[in-house]
Amino acid sequence: METVDAENQEFRWTVLMEQSLEGDCASYGELLSSITPALRRAIRTRARQVGLDAEDVVQEVLLALHLKRNTWVRGTPVAPWLAAIARNKIVDAHRRRGRRPEVSIDSVVETLRDEGDVSEDQSQALERGIAGLPERQRQVLHAVSLEGYSAQEAAAQLQMSEVGVRVTLHRALKSLAVFFSQGNS
Amino acid sequence: MKTETLIRALAADAGRPVLAIGPLLGAALAAGTMGSIVLFVLFLRPRPDFALALQGFDLPLKLTIVACLAISAARSLAALARPLARRPISRGLAAAPLLLLLAVVFELVTMPAGSGLARLLGQNALHCITLIPLLALLPGVFLMIALKHCAPANPGVAGAFAGLAASGIGASLYALSCPEDSPLFVATWYSLAIAVFTASCFLAGRRWLRW
Repeated sequence: METVDAENQEFRWTVLMEQSLEGDCASYGELLSSITPALRRAIRTRARQVGLDAEDVVQEVLLALHLKRNTWVRGTPVAPWLAAIARNKIVDAHRRRGRRPEVSIDSVVETLRDEGDVSEDQSQALERGIAGLPERQRQVLHAVSLEGYSAQEAAAQLQMSEVGVRVTLHRALKSLAVFFSQGNS
Repeated sequence: MKTETLIRALAADAGRPVLAIGPLLGAALAAGTMGSIVLFVLFLRPRPDFALALQGFDLPLKLTIVACLAISAARSLAALARPLARRPISRGLAAAPLLLLLAVVFELVTMPAGSGLARLLGQNALHCITLIPLLALLPGVFLMIALKHCAPANPGVAGAFAGLAASGIGASLYALSCPEDSPLFVATWYSLAIAVFTASCFLAGRRWLRW
């Protein structure tokens, strides 16, 4: 029964990812919401072992998966690809703390498939990253995330063009990814 | 910030078209090659007896070897640019070294005794080891920039293969103007130039292509 569920979920992720790459924001949001609990489970134990904040790493992986989603091979399972990205970020987070652990992709794939209770967490690192962004990027990020505006609505609100909002948002996300990879301090 | 909030921001950014890896690497390769061809036309040109030599055996063989290297290394790149490491080595990658090895053995067997060292040293070794990396530079830089937009499982290896493909292109162009056709010369100086360039790209990749 469990394997059937896992396969179903795997298939759903692949379909959602296909739609996301076509520019379907709703599917993409659904995909990210669906993989986040799995990601959290996979990362939690590994991060705690070395005293990292798990939710920081989860958010870093989400950013990386977003900016690197062009590296997913269309039609293939999402989980192994996601596990490879997560693994890279976990190893990276360890390295920044001066350690170099062995994390196999397979072990990350396993925990992606585990069931288990996970609760939402808040991260401090991202807060610091956002604080370091230019004013405009912060406003746009705030509008589309906290306020939940669409790009069009945010453009009207901030008296920018819609293209300007999109470009600024993308820059903000890239800066946040860089902020994470430089050790989020 | 809550992860849920971050997800909303990411979803809002999903409308942007993504750069597919194949076309991205292809464009980098094309742009870099065009740049090097321009440099070649401006500063080098084919050797004077090019048309004649093309009807011989050694020049076509040399061109085949370096072109093989460029193509097989470039074909490995798309797999190396992704986070999930699959076996990247295209079987064609062995073709260039094997062909070169055969050519060297054939030359050693057939050439007049005692002329080996002279053939190996040639007249243009210094040209060869400076011009190949110079002609490889643009394709190498463009490929590195393209790889920066990817997520290579092993940044060093991805960089090295970018360097191998780029120096294959550089060597292919240089081979059109280089008057030395001896496989011994190619095996020594071309290989040295390619190895140095590839090693630099390995180091650059390990540093700069991390993501």
